[in-house]
Amino acid sequence: MIKKINLCFVPLVALGLLVWWVIWFMVMGSLMSLEELNATIGPALVGDGGQVVWTILPTWPTLQPLVELLLDTPQFFVMFWNTFRLVIPSVLGQLVIGAPAAWALSRFRFRGRKILTTVYIALMLMPFQVTMVPNFLVLDRMGLIDNVFAVILPFAFSAFPVFIMVKGFDAVPRALLEAASIDGAGAFRTFWSVGLPLGTPSILAAMVLGFLEVWGAIEQPMTFLGDPTTWPLSLFLPQIVAEELGLAMVASLLMLLPAVLFFLFGQKYLELGIQAAGVKE
Amino acid sequence: MNKTLGIIWRNVRKVEYILFLAPSFLGITIFFLLPFLDTVRRSFYDVRGVNFIGWESYISVVNNAAFRLAATNTARFVAICIPLLVVISLVTALLVRAIKPYGGIFKTSFLLPMAVPVASIVLLWQVVFGGFMRSDTAFWVLVFTYLWKNTGYNMILWLAGLDSISDTLYEAANVDGASRMQSFRYITLPCLLPTFGIVSILSLLYSFRVFREAYLVAGAYPHDSMYLLQHLFNNWFQNLDISRLSAAATMMAAVLLVIIILMRGFFDDKED
Repeated sequence: MIKKINLCFVPLVALGLLVWWVIWFMVMGSLMSLEELNATIGPALVGDGGQVVWTILPTWPTLQPLVELLLDTPQFFVMFWNTFRLVIPSVLGQLVIGAPAAWALSRFRFRGRKILTTVYIALMLMPFQVTMVPNFLVLDRMGLIDNVFAVILPFAFSAFPVFIMVKGFDAVPRALLEAASIDGAGAFRTFWSVGLPLGTPSILAAMVLGFLEVWGAIEQPMTFLGDPTTWPLSLFLPQIVAEELGLAMVASLLMLLPAVLFFLFGQKYLELGIQAAGVKE
Repeated sequence: MNKTLGIIWRNVRKVEYILFLAPSFLGITIFFLLPFLDTVRRSFYDVRGVNFIGWESYISVVNNAAFRLAATNTARFVAICIPLLVVISLVTALLVRAIKPYGGIFKTSFLLPMAVPVASIVLLWQVVFGGFMRSDTAFWVLVFTYLWKNTGYNMILWLAGLDSISDTLYEAANVDGASRMQSFRYITLPCLLPTFGIVSILSLLYSFRVFREAYLVAGAYPHDSMYLLQHLFNNWFQNLDISRLSAAATMMAAVLLVIIILMRGFFDDKED
Protein backbone atom coordinates (compact mmCIF):
# COMPACT_ATOMS: atom_id res chain seq x y z
CA MET A 1 0.00 0.00 0.00
CA ILE A 2 2.74 2.41 0.99
CA LYS A 3 4.53 1.74 -2.26
CA LYS A 4 1.40 2.60 -4.24
CA ILE A 5 1.00 5.92 -2.46
CA ASN A 6 4.58 6.82 -3.24
CA LEU A 7 4.01 6.22 -6.93
CA CYS A 8 1.18 8.76 -6.99
CA PHE A 9 3.54 11.41 -5.68
CA VAL A 10 5.90 11.14 -8.64
CA PRO A 11 3.69 12.70 -11.35
CA LEU A 12 2.22 15.19 -8.88
CA VAL A 13 5.61 16.45 -7.79
CA ALA A 14 6.71 16.63 -11.42
CA LEU A 15 3.69 18.74 -12.32
CA GLY A 16 4.08 20.82 -9.17
CA LEU A 17 7.67 21.61 -10.14
CA LEU A 18 6.41 23.12 -13.40
CA VAL A 19 4.58 25.69 -11.30
CA TRP A 20 7.10 26.26 -8.55
CA TRP A 21 9.95 26.62 -10.98
CA VAL A 22 8.18 29.56 -12.62
CA ILE A 23 7.67 31.30 -9.29
CA TRP A 24 11.24 30.52 -8.22
CA PHE A 25 12.62 31.88 -11.45
CA MET A 26 10.70 35.13 -11.04
CA VAL A 27 11.86 35.67 -7.47
CA MET A 28 15.48 34.82 -8.22
CA GLY A 29 15.48 36.76 -11.47
CA SER A 30 14.48 39.91 -9.66
CA LEU A 31 17.43 39.49 -7.31
CA MET A 32 19.91 39.32 -10.17
CA SER A 33 21.94 42.26 -11.34
CA LEU A 34 21.41 43.49 -14.88
CA GLU A 35 24.84 42.16 -15.88
CA GLU A 36 23.99 38.69 -14.67
CA LEU A 37 20.57 38.74 -16.38
CA ASN A 38 22.17 39.83 -19.63
CA ALA A 39 24.71 37.05 -19.36
CA THR A 40 22.25 34.30 -18.41
CA ILE A 41 18.89 34.87 -20.09
CA GLY A 42 19.81 37.79 -22.30
CA PRO A 43 20.82 35.68 -25.33
CA ALA A 44 17.28 34.30 -25.73
CA LEU A 45 15.79 37.78 -25.88
CA VAL A 46 18.28 39.29 -28.29
CA GLY A 47 17.97 36.29 -30.57
CA ASP A 48 21.57 36.25 -31.77
CA GLY A 49 21.84 32.51 -31.23
CA GLY A 50 23.60 32.75 -27.88
CA GLN A 51 22.99 30.07 -25.32
CA VAL A 52 20.77 30.66 -22.28
CA VAL A 53 22.43 29.76 -19.00
CA TRP A 54 20.08 28.55 -16.27
CA THR A 55 21.16 29.33 -12.75
CA ILE A 56 19.32 28.22 -9.66
CA LEU A 57 20.61 31.00 -7.42
CA PRO A 58 21.92 34.42 -8.39
CA THR A 59 25.71 34.62 -8.05
CA TRP A 60 25.58 38.06 -6.45
CA PRO A 61 22.07 38.69 -5.12
CA THR A 62 21.20 42.36 -5.33
CA LEU A 63 18.22 44.55 -4.60
CA GLN A 64 19.43 47.17 -7.02
CA PRO A 65 16.78 46.58 -9.73
CA LEU A 66 14.07 46.67 -7.07
CA VAL A 67 15.37 49.91 -5.61
CA GLU A 68 15.73 51.37 -9.07
CA LEU A 69 12.14 50.47 -9.90
CA LEU A 70 10.76 51.85 -6.66
CA LEU A 71 12.81 55.05 -6.60
CA ASP A 72 13.58 55.98 -10.18
CA THR A 73 10.52 54.77 -12.03
CA PRO A 74 7.57 56.90 -10.93
CA GLN A 75 5.48 55.70 -13.86
CA PHE A 76 5.49 52.25 -12.29
CA PHE A 77 3.43 53.55 -9.37
CA VAL A 78 1.09 55.30 -11.74
CA MET A 79 0.52 52.04 -13.60
CA PHE A 80 0.05 50.16 -10.36
CA TRP A 81 -2.56 52.67 -9.27
CA ASN A 82 -4.16 52.57 -12.73
CA THR A 83 -4.56 48.81 -12.37
CA PHE A 84 -6.30 49.12 -9.01
CA ARG A 85 -8.49 51.86 -10.40
CA LEU A 86 -9.78 49.37 -12.96
CA VAL A 87 -9.90 46.30 -10.75
CA ILE A 88 -11.74 47.52 -7.65
CA PRO A 89 -14.79 49.15 -9.28
CA SER A 90 -15.08 46.26 -11.74
CA VAL A 91 -15.14 43.61 -9.02
CA LEU A 92 -17.50 45.61 -6.78
CA GLY A 93 -19.78 46.09 -9.76
CA GLN A 94 -19.76 42.36 -10.46
CA LEU A 95 -20.82 41.79 -6.87
CA VAL A 96 -23.56 44.42 -6.60
CA ILE A 97 -25.04 43.82 -10.05
CA GLY A 98 -24.25 40.15 -10.49
CA ALA A 99 -25.35 38.66 -7.17
CA PRO A 100 -29.04 39.72 -7.36
CA ALA A 101 -29.19 38.66 -11.01
CA ALA A 102 -27.69 35.27 -10.17
CA TRP A 103 -30.21 34.91 -7.34
CA ALA A 104 -33.08 35.64 -9.72
CA LEU A 105 -31.81 33.14 -12.30
CA SER A 106 -31.24 30.51 -9.66
CA ARG A 107 -34.22 30.90 -7.35
CA PHE A 108 -37.15 32.50 -9.14
CA ARG A 109 -39.29 30.51 -11.51
CA PHE A 110 -40.40 32.64 -14.43
CA ARG A 111 -40.97 32.22 -18.13
CA GLY A 112 -37.84 32.59 -20.18
CA ARG A 113 -35.51 31.75 -17.31
CA LYS A 114 -33.84 28.91 -19.16
CA ILE A 115 -33.41 30.96 -22.32
CA LEU A 116 -31.98 33.83 -20.29
CA THR A 117 -29.52 31.49 -18.57
CA THR A 118 -28.43 30.24 -21.98
CA VAL A 119 -28.03 33.85 -23.17
CA TYR A 120 -25.73 34.54 -20.21
CA ILE A 121 -23.68 31.41 -20.94
CA ALA A 122 -23.45 32.31 -24.63
CA LEU A 123 -22.34 35.88 -23.92
CA MET A 124 -19.83 34.65 -21.37
CA LEU A 125 -18.25 32.40 -23.99
CA MET A 126 -18.04 35.03 -26.76
CA PRO A 127 -14.43 36.13 -27.15
CA PHE A 128 -13.92 39.85 -26.68
CA GLN A 129 -13.05 40.30 -30.38
CA VAL A 130 -16.49 39.18 -31.55
CA THR A 131 -18.15 42.35 -30.26
CA MET A 132 -15.19 44.72 -30.16
CA VAL A 133 -16.37 46.95 -33.02
CA PRO A 134 -19.90 47.68 -31.73
CA ASN A 135 -18.50 47.81 -28.19
CA PHE A 136 -16.12 50.49 -29.26
CA LEU A 137 -18.89 52.42 -31.02
CA VAL A 138 -21.27 52.20 -28.05
CA LEU A 139 -18.61 53.40 -25.62
CA ASP A 140 -17.62 56.11 -28.07
CA ARG A 141 -21.19 57.36 -28.29
CA MET A 142 -21.36 57.42 -24.49
CA GLY A 143 -18.20 59.54 -24.54
CA LEU A 144 -16.31 56.94 -22.54
CA ILE A 145 -13.43 56.04 -24.87
CA ASP A 146 -10.10 56.82 -23.17
CA ASN A 147 -12.01 56.90 -19.90
CA VAL A 148 -11.44 54.17 -17.29
CA PHE A 149 -15.18 53.46 -17.31
CA ALA A 150 -14.85 52.10 -20.83
CA VAL A 151 -13.02 49.17 -19.27
CA ILE A 152 -14.83 49.08 -15.92
CA LEU A 153 -18.44 49.03 -17.12
CA PRO A 154 -18.23 46.01 -19.47
CA PHE A 155 -16.32 44.10 -16.78
CA ALA A 156 -18.83 45.07 -14.09
CA PHE A 157 -21.68 43.70 -16.21
CA SER A 158 -19.75 40.60 -17.24
CA ALA A 159 -21.81 37.39 -17.48
CA PHE A 160 -19.14 35.08 -16.07
CA PRO A 161 -19.49 35.98 -12.35
CA VAL A 162 -23.27 35.65 -12.70
CA PHE A 163 -22.76 32.14 -14.04
CA ILE A 164 -20.50 31.19 -11.11
CA MET A 165 -22.89 32.65 -8.54
CA VAL A 166 -25.94 30.95 -10.09
CA LYS A 167 -24.17 27.64 -9.54
CA GLY A 168 -23.53 28.56 -5.91
CA PHE A 169 -27.09 29.70 -5.23
CA ASP A 170 -28.42 26.51 -6.81
CA ALA A 171 -26.85 24.64 -3.92
CA VAL A 172 -28.84 26.56 -1.26
CA PRO A 173 -31.32 24.01 0.13
CA ARG A 174 -34.90 24.62 -0.92
CA ALA A 175 -36.18 23.86 2.59
CA LEU A 176 -34.41 26.94 3.97
CA LEU A 177 -36.15 29.18 1.46
CA GLU A 178 -39.50 27.66 2.28
CA ALA A 179 -38.82 28.17 5.99
CA ALA A 180 -37.97 31.83 5.32
CA SER A 181 -41.13 32.23 3.30
CA ILE A 182 -43.28 30.67 6.04
CA ASP A 183 -41.69 33.09 8.52
CA GLY A 184 -43.04 35.86 6.30
CA ALA A 185 -39.74 36.95 4.75
CA GLY A 186 -40.20 38.71 1.41
CA ALA A 187 -38.05 38.15 -1.65
CA PHE A 188 -35.49 40.79 -0.65
CA ARG A 189 -35.29 39.66 2.93
CA THR A 190 -34.79 36.04 1.81
CA PHE A 191 -32.05 37.06 -0.59
CA TRP A 192 -30.32 39.17 2.06
CA SER A 193 -30.59 36.82 5.03
CA VAL A 194 -30.51 33.39 3.41
CA GLY A 195 -29.10 33.70 -0.11
CA LEU A 196 -26.13 35.98 0.52
CA PRO A 197 -24.78 34.22 3.63
CA LEU A 198 -25.17 30.74 2.14
CA GLY A 199 -23.93 31.80 -1.26
CA THR A 200 -20.81 33.48 0.17
CA PRO A 201 -18.30 30.89 -1.10
CA SER A 202 -19.35 31.23 -4.71
CA ILE A 203 -19.73 35.00 -4.41
CA LEU A 204 -16.16 35.20 -3.11
CA ALA A 205 -15.02 32.72 -5.76
CA ALA A 206 -16.56 34.95 -8.42
CA MET A 207 -14.79 37.96 -6.90
CA VAL A 208 -11.41 36.23 -6.84
CA LEU A 209 -11.85 35.16 -10.46
CA GLY A 210 -13.02 38.67 -11.36
CA PHE A 211 -10.01 40.21 -9.66
CA LEU A 212 -7.59 37.93 -11.53
CA GLU A 213 -9.38 38.56 -14.82
CA VAL A 214 -9.26 42.36 -14.62
CA TRP A 215 -5.79 42.42 -13.03
CA GLY A 216 -4.36 40.69 -16.09
CA ALA A 217 -6.67 42.28 -18.68
CA ILE A 218 -4.96 43.07 -21.96
CA GLU A 219 -7.47 43.41 -24.78
CA GLN A 220 -9.98 45.79 -23.17
CA PRO A 221 -7.54 48.45 -21.96
CA MET A 222 -5.57 48.12 -25.19
CA THR A 223 -8.67 48.78 -27.28
CA PHE A 224 -10.49 51.35 -25.15
CA LEU A 225 -7.68 53.30 -23.46
CA GLY A 226 -5.69 55.34 -25.93
CA ASP A 227 -3.72 57.42 -23.45
CA PRO A 228 -0.67 55.49 -22.15
CA THR A 229 -0.76 57.42 -18.87
CA THR A 230 -4.00 55.61 -17.99
CA TRP A 231 -2.66 52.16 -18.89
CA PRO A 232 -2.60 49.38 -16.32
CA LEU A 233 0.55 47.40 -15.54
CA SER A 234 -0.52 44.53 -17.78
CA LEU A 235 -0.06 46.78 -20.83
CA PHE A 236 3.01 48.60 -19.59
CA LEU A 237 5.05 45.54 -18.64
CA PRO A 238 5.41 43.84 -22.02
CA GLN A 239 6.76 47.12 -23.39
CA ILE A 240 9.68 47.44 -21.03
CA VAL A 241 10.72 43.79 -21.38
CA ALA A 242 12.91 44.47 -24.39
CA GLU A 243 14.74 47.56 -23.12
CA GLU A 244 14.88 47.18 -19.38
CA LEU A 245 15.53 43.58 -18.51
CA GLY A 246 16.29 44.18 -14.82
CA LEU A 247 13.27 46.42 -14.31
CA ALA A 248 11.02 44.04 -16.23
CA MET A 249 12.04 41.19 -13.95
CA VAL A 250 11.21 43.11 -10.77
CA ALA A 251 8.06 44.62 -12.24
CA SER A 252 6.86 41.15 -13.26
CA LEU A 253 7.28 39.98 -9.72
CA LEU A 254 5.55 43.02 -8.23
CA MET A 255 2.67 42.56 -10.61
CA LEU A 256 2.45 38.91 -9.67
CA LEU A 257 2.43 39.52 -5.91
CA PRO A 258 -0.99 41.17 -5.38
CA ALA A 259 -2.65 38.58 -7.60
CA VAL A 260 -1.02 35.69 -5.77
CA LEU A 261 -1.71 37.17 -2.33
CA PHE A 262 -5.33 37.78 -3.23
CA PHE A 263 -5.50 34.26 -4.59
CA LEU A 264 -4.00 32.68 -1.46
CA PHE A 265 -6.35 34.73 0.71
CA GLY A 266 -9.34 33.60 -1.32
CA GLN A 267 -8.22 30.07 -2.17
CA LYS A 268 -10.46 28.39 0.37
CA TYR A 269 -13.53 30.21 -0.94
CA LEU A 270 -12.41 29.78 -4.50
CA GLU A 271 -12.26 26.02 -3.99
CA LEU A 272 -15.64 25.95 -2.26
CA GLY A 273 -17.12 28.12 -4.97
CA ILE A 274 -15.69 26.02 -7.78
CA GLN A 275 -16.94 22.92 -5.97
CA ALA A 276 -20.45 24.34 -5.78
CA ALA A 277 -20.28 24.73 -9.54
CA GLY A 278 -19.07 21.19 -10.03
CA VAL A 279 -21.82 19.29 -8.26
CA LYS A 280 -25.48 19.21 -9.04
CA GLU A 281 -28.03 18.64 -6.35
CA MET B 1 -61.12 46.85 -2.35
CA ASN B 2 -58.93 44.72 -0.15
CA LYS B 3 -59.37 41.89 -2.58
CA THR B 4 -58.12 44.00 -5.47
CA LEU B 5 -55.11 45.09 -3.46
CA GLY B 6 -54.42 41.46 -2.65
CA ILE B 7 -54.49 40.50 -6.31
CA ILE B 8 -52.21 43.40 -7.22
CA TRP B 9 -49.83 42.44 -4.44
CA ARG B 10 -49.72 38.84 -5.58
CA ASN B 11 -48.97 39.95 -9.12
CA VAL B 12 -46.23 42.26 -7.89
CA ARG B 13 -44.65 39.33 -6.10
CA LYS B 14 -44.72 37.34 -9.32
CA VAL B 15 -42.57 39.91 -11.10
CA GLU B 16 -40.23 40.66 -8.21
CA TYR B 17 -37.50 38.78 -10.03
CA ILE B 18 -37.38 41.63 -12.55
CA LEU B 19 -36.01 43.96 -9.87
CA PHE B 20 -33.21 41.50 -9.15
CA LEU B 21 -32.44 40.91 -12.75
CA ALA B 22 -32.96 44.36 -14.29
CA PRO B 23 -29.61 46.06 -13.56
CA SER B 24 -27.58 43.14 -14.80
CA PHE B 25 -29.78 42.54 -17.81
CA LEU B 26 -29.70 46.20 -18.77
CA GLY B 27 -25.90 46.22 -18.72
CA ILE B 28 -25.66 42.88 -20.52
CA THR B 29 -27.97 44.27 -23.19
CA ILE B 30 -26.05 47.51 -23.67
CA PHE B 31 -22.54 46.11 -23.50
CA PHE B 32 -22.91 42.62 -24.98
CA LEU B 33 -26.27 41.72 -26.47
CA LEU B 34 -26.89 44.79 -28.65
CA PRO B 35 -23.22 44.96 -29.72
CA PHE B 36 -23.51 41.33 -30.75
CA LEU B 37 -26.67 41.98 -32.78
CA ASP B 38 -24.94 44.99 -34.30
CA THR B 39 -22.03 42.75 -35.30
CA VAL B 40 -24.50 40.49 -37.13
CA ARG B 41 -26.09 43.50 -38.86
CA ARG B 42 -22.75 44.94 -39.86
CA SER B 43 -21.71 41.69 -41.47
CA PHE B 44 -24.33 42.41 -44.18
CA TYR B 45 -23.41 46.06 -44.67
CA ASP B 46 -20.47 47.94 -46.15
CA VAL B 47 -17.62 49.26 -44.03
CA ARG B 48 -19.49 52.41 -43.06
CA GLY B 49 -22.55 50.36 -42.09
CA VAL B 50 -24.81 52.21 -44.53
CA ASN B 51 -25.27 50.14 -47.70
CA PHE B 52 -26.62 46.62 -47.66
CA ILE B 53 -24.26 44.25 -49.44
CA GLY B 54 -25.79 40.86 -48.61
CA TRP B 55 -23.46 37.90 -48.28
CA GLU B 56 -20.53 39.62 -49.96
CA SER B 57 -18.40 39.85 -46.80
CA TYR B 58 -19.08 36.24 -45.94
CA ILE B 59 -17.94 35.10 -49.39
CA SER B 60 -14.86 37.25 -49.11
CA VAL B 61 -14.09 35.89 -45.63
CA VAL B 62 -14.54 32.24 -46.58
CA ASN B 63 -12.17 32.69 -49.51
CA ASN B 64 -9.64 34.55 -47.41
CA ALA B 65 -6.45 32.56 -46.80
CA ALA B 66 -5.76 34.21 -43.43
CA PHE B 67 -9.26 33.39 -42.22
CA ARG B 68 -8.93 29.77 -43.29
CA LEU B 69 -5.61 29.47 -41.51
CA ALA B 70 -6.93 31.11 -38.34
CA ALA B 71 -10.18 29.13 -38.30
CA THR B 72 -8.32 25.84 -38.82
CA ASN B 73 -5.83 26.69 -36.09
CA THR B 74 -8.53 27.72 -33.65
CA ALA B 75 -10.58 24.59 -34.31
CA ARG B 76 -7.46 22.45 -34.02
CA PHE B 77 -6.46 24.19 -30.80
CA VAL B 78 -9.88 23.69 -29.22
CA ALA B 79 -10.14 20.09 -30.44
CA ILE B 80 -6.72 19.17 -29.03
CA CYS B 81 -6.70 21.24 -25.85
CA ILE B 82 -10.07 20.49 -24.36
CA PRO B 83 -9.82 16.67 -24.36
CA LEU B 84 -6.22 16.92 -23.12
CA LEU B 85 -7.18 19.28 -20.32
CA VAL B 86 -10.22 17.22 -19.34
CA VAL B 87 -8.17 14.02 -19.09
CA ILE B 88 -5.09 15.54 -17.43
CA SER B 89 -7.14 17.37 -14.82
CA LEU B 90 -9.16 14.22 -14.07
CA VAL B 91 -5.99 12.17 -13.66
CA THR B 92 -4.53 14.87 -11.42
CA ALA B 93 -7.70 14.88 -9.32
CA LEU B 94 -7.55 11.09 -8.92
CA LEU B 95 -3.86 11.29 -7.94
CA VAL B 96 -4.53 14.05 -5.42
CA ARG B 97 -7.29 11.95 -3.89
CA ALA B 98 -5.00 8.94 -3.71
CA ILE B 99 -2.61 10.82 -1.41
CA LYS B 100 -5.42 12.44 0.50
CA PRO B 101 -3.83 13.95 3.62
CA TYR B 102 -1.16 15.67 1.50
CA GLY B 103 -3.48 16.89 -1.24
CA GLY B 104 -3.63 20.51 -0.05
CA ILE B 105 -0.17 21.56 -1.17
CA PHE B 106 -0.80 20.16 -4.65
CA LYS B 107 -4.18 21.86 -4.92
CA THR B 108 -2.50 25.17 -4.19
CA SER B 109 0.32 24.39 -6.61
CA PHE B 110 -1.95 23.56 -9.51
CA LEU B 111 -4.34 26.45 -8.89
CA LEU B 112 -1.54 28.99 -8.59
CA PRO B 113 -0.90 29.46 -12.34
CA MET B 114 -4.44 30.81 -12.64
CA ALA B 115 -3.35 33.71 -10.47
CA VAL B 116 -0.19 34.46 -12.42
CA PRO B 117 -0.91 37.46 -14.68
CA VAL B 118 -0.01 36.96 -18.31
CA ALA B 119 2.18 40.03 -18.35
CA SER B 120 4.31 38.60 -15.54
CA ILE B 121 5.24 35.43 -17.37
CA VAL B 122 5.82 36.99 -20.78
CA LEU B 123 9.50 37.51 -20.08
CA LEU B 124 10.03 33.96 -18.81
CA TRP B 125 8.09 32.46 -21.71
CA GLN B 126 10.16 34.43 -24.19
CA VAL B 127 13.32 33.13 -22.59
CA VAL B 128 12.19 29.51 -22.37
CA PHE B 129 10.21 29.19 -25.58
CA GLY B 130 11.76 31.91 -27.71
CA GLY B 131 13.55 29.37 -29.87
CA PHE B 132 10.34 27.41 -30.53
CA MET B 133 8.19 30.37 -31.50
CA ARG B 134 9.43 30.51 -35.07
CA SER B 135 8.46 26.96 -36.00
CA ASP B 136 5.42 24.67 -35.88
CA THR B 137 6.20 23.95 -32.23
CA ALA B 138 4.76 27.41 -31.46
CA PHE B 139 1.33 25.80 -31.55
CA TRP B 140 2.37 23.29 -28.90
CA VAL B 141 3.85 26.01 -26.72
CA LEU B 142 0.37 27.53 -26.71
CA VAL B 143 -1.16 24.15 -25.83
CA PHE B 144 1.31 23.78 -22.99
CA THR B 145 0.55 27.28 -21.70
CA TYR B 146 -3.16 26.54 -21.72
CA LEU B 147 -2.73 23.28 -19.83
CA TRP B 148 -0.29 24.87 -17.39
CA LYS B 149 -2.77 27.59 -16.57
CA ASN B 150 -6.06 25.71 -16.36
CA THR B 151 -5.40 22.23 -14.98
CA GLY B 152 -5.91 23.34 -11.37
CA TYR B 153 -9.34 24.85 -11.84
CA ASN B 154 -10.70 21.75 -13.57
CA MET B 155 -9.02 19.52 -11.04
CA ILE B 156 -11.02 21.19 -8.25
CA LEU B 157 -14.22 20.66 -10.24
CA TRP B 158 -13.39 16.98 -10.69
CA LEU B 159 -12.54 16.63 -6.99
CA ALA B 160 -15.96 18.04 -6.12
CA GLY B 161 -17.59 15.59 -8.50
CA LEU B 162 -15.60 12.69 -7.06
CA ASP B 163 -16.46 13.69 -3.49
CA SER B 164 -20.14 13.74 -4.29
CA ILE B 165 -20.20 10.04 -5.23
CA SER B 166 -21.57 8.08 -2.30
CA ASP B 167 -19.24 5.49 -0.74
CA THR B 168 -22.09 3.03 -0.45
CA LEU B 169 -22.05 2.59 -4.22
CA TYR B 170 -18.45 1.43 -4.12
CA GLU B 171 -19.08 -0.78 -1.11
CA ALA B 172 -21.99 -2.45 -2.84
CA ALA B 173 -19.89 -3.00 -5.96
CA ASN B 174 -17.11 -4.39 -3.81
CA VAL B 175 -19.48 -6.86 -2.19
CA ASP B 176 -20.61 -7.95 -5.64
CA GLY B 177 -17.00 -8.66 -6.50
CA ALA B 178 -16.37 -5.77 -8.89
CA SER B 179 -12.73 -4.97 -9.62
CA ARG B 180 -11.37 -1.46 -9.12
CA MET B 181 -11.36 -0.92 -12.86
CA GLN B 182 -14.98 -2.01 -13.08
CA SER B 183 -15.97 0.30 -10.23
CA PHE B 184 -14.26 3.17 -11.99
CA ARG B 185 -15.84 2.38 -15.34
CA TYR B 186 -19.39 1.71 -14.11
CA ILE B 187 -19.68 3.98 -11.04
CA THR B 188 -17.14 6.79 -11.15
CA LEU B 189 -17.37 7.77 -14.82
CA PRO B 190 -21.19 7.83 -15.08
CA CYS B 191 -21.47 9.78 -11.82
CA LEU B 192 -19.01 12.35 -13.15
CA LEU B 193 -21.14 13.14 -16.20
CA PRO B 194 -22.65 16.38 -14.78
CA THR B 195 -19.17 17.57 -13.80
CA PHE B 196 -17.98 16.74 -17.30
CA GLY B 197 -20.48 19.27 -18.70
CA ILE B 198 -19.23 22.18 -16.64
CA VAL B 199 -15.58 21.17 -17.07
CA SER B 200 -16.01 21.21 -20.86
CA ILE B 201 -17.79 24.55 -21.01
CA LEU B 202 -15.21 26.27 -18.78
CA SER B 203 -12.38 24.64 -20.72
CA LEU B 204 -13.86 26.12 -23.87
CA LEU B 205 -14.15 29.52 -22.20
CA TYR B 206 -10.53 29.42 -21.11
CA SER B 207 -9.35 28.21 -24.51
CA PHE B 208 -10.28 31.63 -25.90
CA ARG B 209 -8.46 33.43 -23.11
CA VAL B 210 -5.16 31.88 -24.17
CA PHE B 211 -5.07 34.59 -26.82
CA ARG B 212 -3.63 36.94 -24.21
CA GLU B 213 -0.60 34.73 -23.78
CA ALA B 214 -0.27 34.23 -27.51
CA TYR B 215 -0.49 37.95 -28.18
CA LEU B 216 1.93 39.10 -25.50
CA VAL B 217 4.53 36.42 -26.15
CA ALA B 218 4.46 36.43 -29.93
CA GLY B 219 2.80 39.69 -30.98
CA ALA B 220 0.09 40.48 -33.53
CA TYR B 221 1.63 38.31 -36.26
CA PRO B 222 2.95 35.12 -34.63
CA HIS B 223 4.10 31.99 -36.42
CA ASP B 224 1.44 30.62 -38.80
CA SER B 225 0.84 27.56 -36.64
CA MET B 226 -0.56 29.66 -33.78
CA TYR B 227 -2.34 32.38 -35.73
CA LEU B 228 -5.79 32.24 -34.10
CA LEU B 229 -9.11 33.79 -35.09
CA GLN B 230 -8.60 36.40 -32.39
CA HIS B 231 -5.33 37.51 -34.00
CA LEU B 232 -7.18 37.89 -37.27
CA PHE B 233 -10.06 39.83 -35.67
CA ASN B 234 -7.60 42.09 -33.92
CA ASN B 235 -5.70 42.80 -37.12
CA TRP B 236 -8.86 43.44 -39.12
CA PHE B 237 -9.95 45.80 -36.35
CA GLN B 238 -6.64 47.66 -36.65
CA ASN B 239 -7.15 47.92 -40.41
CA LEU B 240 -10.81 48.99 -39.95
CA ASP B 241 -11.88 46.03 -42.07
CA ILE B 242 -15.22 46.15 -40.25
CA SER B 243 -17.49 44.19 -42.61
CA ARG B 244 -15.22 41.19 -42.89
CA LEU B 245 -14.47 41.28 -39.16
CA SER B 246 -18.22 41.26 -38.45
CA ALA B 247 -18.89 38.42 -40.87
CA ALA B 248 -16.10 36.28 -39.44
CA ALA B 249 -17.18 37.09 -35.87
CA THR B 250 -20.77 36.16 -36.68
CA MET B 251 -19.64 32.82 -38.08
CA MET B 252 -17.57 32.12 -34.98
CA ALA B 253 -20.50 33.07 -32.75
CA ALA B 254 -22.80 30.78 -34.75
CA VAL B 255 -20.47 27.84 -34.20
CA LEU B 256 -20.29 28.65 -30.49
CA LEU B 257 -24.07 28.86 -30.24
CA VAL B 258 -24.44 25.43 -31.83
CA ILE B 259 -21.97 24.03 -29.30
CA ILE B 260 -23.82 25.67 -26.41
CA ILE B 261 -27.20 24.39 -27.58
CA LEU B 262 -25.79 20.88 -27.97
CA MET B 263 -24.39 21.09 -24.44
CA ARG B 264 -27.47 22.64 -22.85
CA GLY B 265 -28.55 19.34 -21.37
CA PHE B 266 -25.69 19.63 -18.90
CA PHE B 267 -26.85 22.92 -17.39
CA ASP B 268 -30.59 22.51 -17.24
CA ASP B 269 -31.56 21.56 -13.76
CA LYS B 270 -34.13 18.87 -13.64
CA GLU B 271 -36.24 20.55 -10.96
CA ASP B 272 -38.82 21.90 -13.35
